[in-house]
Amino acid sequence: MGLQAYLTLAAIVFSIGLFGVVTRRNTIGILLGIELMLNSVNINLVAFSRFGGDTTGMVFAVFTICITVVEAALGLAIVILLFRVRRTVTADHLDLLKG
Amino acid sequence: MMTGDGTLALAALLLHALGFLTLAIVAPLRRLGRPAAFVSIACAVGSLVAAVLAWQQHMGGAVSRLVWEWLPSQGQALTTVGILADSDSTVMLSLVALVACLVQVYSLSYLSDEPAPSFGRYYTYQSLFAFSMMGLVLAPNLAQLFICWELVGVSSYLLIGFWYRKPSAARAAVKAFWITKAGDVGLLIGIVLLWRLAGTFDLTELRVLVENGALPVAGLSLITFCLYLGAAGKSAQFPMHVWLPDAMEGPTPVSALIHAATMVTAGVYLLVRTEWLFALTPDVLLIVAWIGALTALMAAVLACVQDDIKRVLAYSTVSQLGYMMTAIGAGFASAGFFHLLTHGLFKALLFLGAGAMIHAVHSNDLPDMGGLARRMPQTAIVFLIGTLSLAGIPLFGGFLSKEEVLGAVWAGGLGGPFVLLMIVAFLTAFYMFRVVFLAFSGRPPAHAHAHPHDPPAAMALPLWILAALSMAVGIYFTFTHPETEFTSPGWLMPTAVGSALAGIVLAWLTYERRTIDAASLAGAFGPIRDAALRRFWIDDIFEGIYTAALLGFSRVIGWLDRYIVDGVLNVVSSWTLTSGDDLRTLQTGRAQDYVYGVAVGLLILLLWARWALA
Repeated sequence: MGLQAYLTLAAIVFSIGLFGVVTRRNTIGILLGIELMLNSVNINLVAFSRFGGDTTGMVFAVFTICITVVEAALGLAIVILLFRVRRTVTADHLDLLKG
Repeated sequence: MMTGDGTLALAALLLHALGFLTLAIVAPLRRLGRPAAFVSIACAVGSLVAAVLAWQQHMGGAVSRLVWEWLPSQGQALTTVGILADSDSTVMLSLVALVACLVQVYSLSYLSDEPAPSFGRYYTYQSLFAFSMMGLVLAPNLAQLFICWELVGVSSYLLIGFWYRKPSAARAAVKAFWITKAGDVGLLIGIVLLWRLAGTFDLTELRVLVENGALPVAGLSLITFCLYLGAAGKSAQFPMHVWLPDAMEGPTPVSALIHAATMVTAGVYLLVRTEWLFALTPDVLLIVAWIGALTALMAAVLACVQDDIKRVLAYSTVSQLGYMMTAIGAGFASAGFFHLLTHGLFKALLFLGAGAMIHAVHSNDLPDMGGLARRMPQTAIVFLIGTLSLAGIPLFGGFLSKEEVLGAVWAGGLGGPFVLLMIVAFLTAFYMFRVVFLAFSGRPPAHAHAHPHDPPAAMALPLWILAALSMAVGIYFTFTHPETEFTSPGWLMPTAVGSALAGIVLAWLTYERRTIDAASLAGAFGPIRDAALRRFWIDDIFEGIYTAALLGFSRVIGWLDRYIVDGVLNVVSSWTLTSGDDLRTLQTGRAQDYVYGVAVGLLILLLWARWALA
């Protein structure tokens, strides 16, 4: 399998993640979508690293995974706080930015 | 003792400035009324003494300049301020000082009914006027002349509108200001153009340039014409004469000082001061002469049909200014200047006499007077002296100056204006004696004021002084013919006196003996009379021009402003508002929508980069 297959997989995963972020009504679901998108990036990084013969990509992937974990923890904390304050985690109801 | 270095003339000028500043700054003094008047009169008397002494110093032709640099520009001063005292300016200075002083004394009694604050205000304006007029007369350069020219315009405005609560007075003041202003624009343009051409405002330097032939003649006609426009506005030449009759709304002493003796003659004086410049442009001089003669004739005709005594005198002033202008146009400015001086004396006398009559009968209208000779004998005598002077009868003030004007016009080869001026001489005698007979003889009208009597001393004294001076000038010049630059033909003097006498006889037959019916005499001149009663429609034409051109133009501009300029802005602002309203619905506040927007936007950008840039 060539680089193209990995990139296609990454694109598909990214699209699924984006679709989830845009369409999910539950905030937890949106966080999951974001995780998917980040991981699709990881796939890209690793694939380029493997086929390009440069380990920088791998290092980056490790960093990304770390940050993703932190981000997931932060995101979940925000969701919990949100739930405490607003008694809801449905994204449609969180429209205080409305102009 | 002071010597002939111009300090006396400067003192005359500064005394009035002192009077004005004292009254203007020390408001409590001004509001006291009579004490303010005495301050002003004291300055005026001092100024008169200084002016007459200065005149004696410079009579022989001595010239002194006292100038200070002003308006520094690139190392050297752009212009100067100061005084230029020579025989012309000091004699004019004496006239101004004399009439200003007498008028201030006269006003003490004439305006005694005024409340104290406005009495003080009157004297403040009077001092301002006298100062500005003297500054104009003594101006060593055109820049100072222009500034003083505007200052006299302002004081004239203030004094015409002295009774500013009276709508007609307020309107007359504005009218006088605007019409003279229209001429002043010409004057300013002329001065600036002349400066571009010659590089100096200074009259002495300009004269040297002209005499050395260093001033290019090309384009000079435009400059002198512009200068003439200013003079025509100030000196009420056709068609800018319309403000002067209306200016009679001011107090009568003001009319005597400003609108008869001094300010209105500023235009003539300007032309006298710059005669060497006008001599280079004979085409403009021809215009000056013809306009002057036409103005003289038109105003004389108008004076014949007026019932308001002040308006008769006002038109008579316009007419006499036309005389002076014609003489200048004929190339003999000295004759015009001579007439200016004598006219200043006897016209001030006539106005002050008319003021005494108005004061006595409380009306300006001739039908309300009548039979005044018996009740006001002193006034009758001095008014008659003034009238005979104006008519140009030998032994009286205006006799020789009028002959000189006529002689100058004849010597200048201007046949047409000469004939017009002869007719005017006849008309002048006629309308003035019409006033005399209507006001002083006959019987008083039934509804008349009960006890008209001669004015009190403060008013009588200036009248007698002016009358005596008019007589003295008349007698002196009747017997000692001064040297003139031209020779008048022998038949000229008898003809002029004859036509004046004919006018007197006609007035006598019509208004005293009543052998000629005034109504049928009027009927004989039907259309002219009707036209004159409508002031030859000149005011109507101005009004028509105003409404048609100015208001029409304003209306177009107003429409453009309202619908184009404002319209564009309104449309833009309303578009902004509605599109803002529409756009704010995009702000749903839901983060997902924004992510969606970013994603779609990024997609579009990528596609665009792929297809458009590749």
